[in-house]
Amino acid sequence: MISDLFLIPFLTGLGLAVLLPLLGCYLRLRDEWLAALAYSHVAAAGALLALVGGLPPALGGIAAAGLAGTGKRLFAARLAGGAAYALLLVGGLPPALGGIAAAGLAGTGKRLFAARLAGGAAYALLLLGGWAVSVLMAANQPMAERLGHALFDGQLYFSGSDQLWLVALGVPAALLVLRWLSAHLLLAHTYPDFFRIRGLRAWPTQIGFDLLAALALAVATMSLGVMGAFALVFIPPWLAFRRAGNWRSGLLWSLAIGITAYLGAFALALWLDQPFGPILAILLVALGLIVA
Amino acid sequence: MLRADAVVAGWDKPATSPVDFSLQAGEIVGLTGPNGVGKSTLLAAFAGRARVFSGHLDLRPGLRLALQTQEVPPVDGLPLSGRELLALTDASPDGLPPWLAERLDIRLDRLSGGQRHYLALWAVLHAPADLVLLDEPTNNLDAAGVRHLTAHLHERAREGCGIVVVSHDAAFVAAACDRCVVLEARDDQ
Repeated sequence: MISDLFLIPFLTGLGLAVLLPLLGCYLRLRDEWLAALAYSHVAAAGALLALVGGLPPALGGIAAAGLAGTGKRLFAARLAGGAAYALLLVGGLPPALGGIAAAGLAGTGKRLFAARLAGGAAYALLLLGGWAVSVLMAANQPMAERLGHALFDGQLYFSGSDQLWLVALGVPAALLVLRWLSAHLLLAHTYPDFFRIRGLRAWPTQIGFDLLAALALAVATMSLGVMGAFALVFIPPWLAFRRAGNWRSGLLWSLAIGITAYLGAFALALWLDQPFGPILAILLVALGLIVA
Repeated sequence: MLRADAVVAGWDKPATSPVDFSLQAGEIVGLTGPNGVGKSTLLAAFAGRARVFSGHLDLRPGLRLALQTQEVPPVDGLPLSGRELLALTDASPDGLPPWLAERLDIRLDRLSGGQRHYLALWAVLHAPADLVLLDEPTNNLDAAGVRHLTAHLHERAREGCGIVVVSHDAAFVAAACDRCVVLEARDDQ
C-alpha cells in the first residue's frame, strides 16, 4: 500500500469515501437515494460516448458548461433525456470529463422537468437511459467495451494521478458547498413554507445540490465503479440514520462507516486480487445486514 | 402591520368571502368560522402563498413572517433532534416547558405526537419574525400544552410581534386572542 502504485488509487478512493457517505445523508434526507444510481449510470454512458468521440475536448467542455450553466429548458430536457450523449460524442471529451459533464447536465436537467416526472421517475429514466447507452456502446465499440467493464467492475487500482487531482481539488470544494447548503436543505425539507416566505429561493439550493450530487457521483463512478459508488452513497447513511441521535452524529456515523468499509475493501480486494467495487459492496451489504 | 380590505383569497379559484382584517404590532387576532370557509387559505394569502383574487392586502414593507401550517415536518426516519430543529429557524429554546426542554436532544421521531407538534410549533413561533401566522396550533396538544401556548403567545405579543391564529378551539381563541374575526361561507357554498 505504501508503494506509489497503490498510493494514488488509495488516496483517490479515500477522498471519495469521505464525500459520498456525507452526500448520501442529504440524498436520503430528500428521499433521492435513487439519484445516486441514476447519476452513476449516466456518467458511465457519458464516459463511454466521449471515449469514442475524437474531437477536441474543449468543444464538448464549453458546450456542456454553457448548457449546464444556463439550464435552458429545451436543452436540458433533451440532454437529460438522452441527447446529451450525442453532444458529448460530438464533443469528443476525455472519458472522465465526459462522464462528469453528462451527469452534471443530467443533474440540472432533472430539476427542470421534475414537475412532469414526479416520484423519482426522472431518476429511473436516467438510470435506464444511462444503462442502455452504456451496454450498447460496450457491445459495439471495442474501446468502450474495455472501459465499460472497468466502470461497472469498479477498478479503483487503475486510477491515475489525473483522477487523484480531481478528487484532491473536488472533494474539499464539494464538502464546503455541502456545508453551505446543509441548513437550507434541512429547512426546505422540514419547513418548505417557512423556507419560501423567508424569501429563500428554492432553485439555487435544489439545482446546486443536484449538480453537486451528479458531479460527485460522476467522479466516483470513474474510480469506484457504478455500484461501488452507489454502495457508499446508500448504505452508510441508511445505517447511520437508524442509530444516530441527531443530524450531526448521523453525519459522523455515516462517515465512519463509509471510511471503515472502504479501508477494509481496499485491503481485501488487493489481498484477494479481486475488483474493488464488488468487494466494497459485499462488505457494506454484510455490515448492513449485521446492523439491521 | 397587516391590513386586508374585502380580500377574496383562494388557490386556483376564489375560496373565501370578502374579508376585512387588520392587525397591529403586539396584537393577537383569531380567525374562526366553520370548516371550509377558507381560514387556512386566508392565512396562506397573508403569507403570500395563496392568491388574492380581489380586494387589497397590504403588509408593512420589510415585515419578517413566520408561518406554521397544519402539516407536520416530515422527520420520520431522520436523525434530527429538537435542538437542531429549533436551530434551523433560529428559534431559542428558552421558555420551553420543562417536559419538553428535557427532551430537546432526543430525535424528533422518538417523541410523542404532541411533543413533536409543540416543538415544531415552537420553532416557528420563536423564529425571528414580526408577524407570526399559526394554523390550528392546538392540534395534538393536551391541556397543559394549550395553557403553556396561550401564556406564551401573550409573551410573544408583548415583545411587539403581531400574531394571527386560525383555530376551531373556541376556548383557546377566547383565552389567547385580543379579538376575533369570524369568516363566513361564500354565497356559492
